[in-house]
Amino acid sequence: MLRYTLGRLLSGILTVWFIATATFLAMHAVPGDPLMNEKATTPEIRQNLAKKYGLDRPIPEQYIIFLGNMLQGDFGLSFTQQNRKVNDIIRDHFPVSAALGILAITFAAAGGILWGALTALYRNRLPDIIIMFLVILGISVPSFVFAALGQMLLVNINQWFGTSVLPVAGWGSLAHMLMPSLVLGLGTMALLTRLMRSSMLEVVNEDYIKTAKAKGLSSQRIFFKHQLRNAILPVVTVLGPQIAAITTGGFVVELVFAIPGLGRYFVQAVQQLDYTVIMGTTVFYGAFLVLMVIIVDIIYGFIDPRVRLK
Amino acid sequence: MNAPTALTEADFEPSPSTHRAEQLSRPSLSYWQDAWRRLKNNTRAIISLYLIMALAFFTIIGPLLWTQDPAAQDLDQISQAPALPKTARLVADYVPWQVPISAEHPAEPDDYPDRLDPVTDFRTSGIATTQSVRLTWSPVNEAGGYSIYRSETRPDGLMGLGLPLETVSGGNVLGFEDRLNLKSQSYFYSIVPTDGFDEFDVVTTIQVNPEQSITQSQAILQGLATPEDLPGQAITLAFHPFGTDYLGRDILARLMQGAQVSLFIGVVAPLIYVLFGVFYGGFAGYLGGKVDQLMMRFADFVVALPFLLFMILFKIAFGIGPGESGVMPMLVALILLLWPGTARLVRGQVLKIREQGYIEAARLLGGNSSYLILRHIIPNTMGVILVTLTFAVPSAIFTEAFLSFIGMGVAPPTPSWGSMCNEGVKTMLSHPHELFFPALFISITVLAFNLLGDGLTEALDSKMRSRDL
Repeated sequence: MLRYTLGRLLSGILTVWFIATATFLAMHAVPGDPLMNEKATTPEIRQNLAKKYGLDRPIPEQYIIFLGNMLQGDFGLSFTQQNRKVNDIIRDHFPVSAALGILAITFAAAGGILWGALTALYRNRLPDIIIMFLVILGISVPSFVFAALGQMLLVNINQWFGTSVLPVAGWGSLAHMLMPSLVLGLGTMALLTRLMRSSMLEVVNEDYIKTAKAKGLSSQRIFFKHQLRNAILPVVTVLGPQIAAITTGGFVVELVFAIPGLGRYFVQAVQQLDYTVIMGTTVFYGAFLVLMVIIVDIIYGFIDPRVRLK
Repeated sequence: MNAPTALTEADFEPSPSTHRAEQLSRPSLSYWQDAWRRLKNNTRAIISLYLIMALAFFTIIGPLLWTQDPAAQDLDQISQAPALPKTARLVADYVPWQVPISAEHPAEPDDYPDRLDPVTDFRTSGIATTQSVRLTWSPVNEAGGYSIYRSETRPDGLMGLGLPLETVSGGNVLGFEDRLNLKSQSYFYSIVPTDGFDEFDVVTTIQVNPEQSITQSQAILQGLATPEDLPGQAITLAFHPFGTDYLGRDILARLMQGAQVSLFIGVVAPLIYVLFGVFYGGFAGYLGGKVDQLMMRFADFVVALPFLLFMILFKIAFGIGPGESGVMPMLVALILLLWPGTARLVRGQVLKIREQGYIEAARLLGGNSSYLILRHIIPNTMGVILVTLTFAVPSAIFTEAFLSFIGMGVAPPTPSWGSMCNEGVKTMLSHPHELFFPALFISITVLAFNLLGDGLTEALDSKMRSRDL
C-alpha cells in the first residue's frame, strides 16, 4: 500500500510540473502583455515595471524563477490588483469555491446513488422510466440553463411567499449555497445515476447474490449488504475526475449567482491578462485536481485491494 | 465373364447432388450489416438519426430558404416574442414638432399661487404612433410650468404616476412630445401643473394607445416599402417567427448562422482529434514496449491538464485578430486537449486485438504488418471509434456553448448558440424566448447525439458504457 501511494504521489508531482510548464508556455504565447493597460507609460516607467515583475529577463530565466517561486508556494503579485498577492487571492476565494464544490459533490453522490439504486430496483417500471428521462434531460441541458432556471425558480418562490425564503444571489450563509450547489451537482448526479443503475444491474447477476439468496438472507439484507455495496465501487472511481468537472464547472454558477469564488476571478484575470493570477490559479487548480484524483485512487485501493496489486 | 462395357466420358461426371447439408438458411450478415439491423430496431436511435439529419438540413439548407439577414437590426421590433406578422402604419420621416405656445398667457405667474386648477383639455395632437406621441393641453391660470408622467398602469390619483418624462417650464408652453422607447401598448399620461418650482396636488390623466408605426426611410431601408408608398398606408413588418433579440435581430436567422458555428466546432473538432487519437493510440499499441510507455505517459499528462482552464488559456494564447470570429482558436484548443481520450481507448483495443487468434493466423498465413493493420486491426476498432466520435460531438458542443456563455467563446457579432444564450440570459425574466430557443437547440442536438451514441454502443456491442440504457 505504501509503495502504491508513493508511486501515485511521485507521478502526481511530475504531472503538476507538466501543468506548470504548459501554463507558463501558453501564457508567454499570449499576444500583448500585462503592462499594456498601464496608464502612465513612458518607456522608463514601463522598464521599471517590467523589472519589478521580472519581465525584462530572458524567457528561460523567467521560467526558472517561476518554478523556483512555485516550489516555495509563492505565485507572485497580481498585475491588476495593486499590491495583492496571488496567494492572498487564492486564500480568499478558493474556500468559497471549495465549499460550493463539496456541497455539490455531496448532492451529486447522494442523489446519484439513491436514484441509481431506485431505478435498478424498479427496473422498467414507472419510477425507472421517469428517473431515466430526467437523467437524459440532465445530461442534455447545458449547466448555464439550469443555473438560469434555478435562479428564476428562486425568484418565483420568494414572490409566492412574499418574503426572501432563499436568497437569489450572493454569498454568506448556507441558504446562499443550496441552489447554486444543487445546480452545480445536477450534471454529475445524472451521470452517477446512469452509472449506478448499470452497475446495480450487473451485480444482480453475480454468483454471490445467488449464494446469498440460496442461504436464505432477507431481500433487504441482500440489497443493502451485497448489491448496493458492490455496485458503489465503479461510482467511486469516477468521483475523482468528477470533482475536477465540478470545481471548474463552478465558473458558470459563480457568474450567474454572483458568488465570489476563484472561478470568477480566473475569468476576470483572463480578461485583464493578469499573468501571475492566471498562472497561479491554473497551477493551483491543476495541483488540487491531481491531488483529488490521487486521494480517490488511494481510497479505492483500500476499498478494493485488487487495484493496488496491478 | 461379362463383356467389358465401354465407358464413356459421361460416366466420369459427378452425379448431381440433391442433398445440401451445408446450406445456410439465412443470408450471412457482415458485422456492419448486423449492427445496422440492430440499430434500426432501436426507435430512440433512429429518431435521433432523423433529428440529426433535420439539424443538418436546418444548418445547410435553412439559410437558403430563410433569407433574413441575421445581423440586420430592426429597432422597431426589439425583443419581440414569437408572433404572427405585424402590420404597421407608414409615417413620414421625423421632423421636430413646433410646440404650441400660448400668446395671451404669461410664461411665469406674477405671484406664487396658493392653488392651481387641474389641467383641462389634455389630449393627443395628431395620431399617436410608436414614433412619437404628441400631447397638448389648455393653459392653467397662474401656472409656471407642467410636469408630465407616463405609466404603463392606471395611476390611482396622485399615486403611481410612473416615469417622470419632463417638467416643462413656462405656463404658456402647451405641448410635449414623447419619443422615449414607445411600444404598441397602453400608456397613461399624467400632467401636473407647477408654479415654476413646486408641483401642485392636482393631476389629469389620459390613456393613449400608440399605433405601431415605421418611418418611410426605415421601411425603404428594410425593403418593406417603395418610395411611392404614402404615409398612412398599412404595411407588413418583417416576420420573426421565433421573435427578435435585444437588438431586434431575427432569432431564427441567428439560430441558423449560430448552428453553422456550433455544429462546425461540434463536428470538425471531434473528427480531427479522434483521427489523431486513433493514429497516436494505434501506433503506441502496435509498437508496444518503451515507445508505448513514453507515448502514453505524455497522453496521461495532457489528460491531467484542467480542461476548461486550459481551453481558456489556449484560446487567448492563439489570439483573436480584429474582425475574426474566434472559431479557429477554439477548434485548435479543443483538438490539443481532447485527443488523449481516444488515443488511450484505441491503444487498449489494439493491445487486445493484437493477442487475438485471428491475428496470429493471419500472420502465419504470411500477412505483413500493413495488411494486418489495415485488414484486421483497424476494422475491429472501428466500432469503438465510431461510438467515441458520436459521444465526442455533444461534449464539444457543450464546451463551445460554455465558453461562449462566460464570454470566452466566439466574438460578437458572430452568433453561436452559446453566445446567444449568454445574451438571452440577461433578459431572461422579461423576454424568456431569447434564452429558450438557443438553449432548446443545444439540448436537442446534444440529446440526439447522446441517444444515437447509446444506440450505436448497443448495436456494436462494444462493451463501453451503459448497455442497459
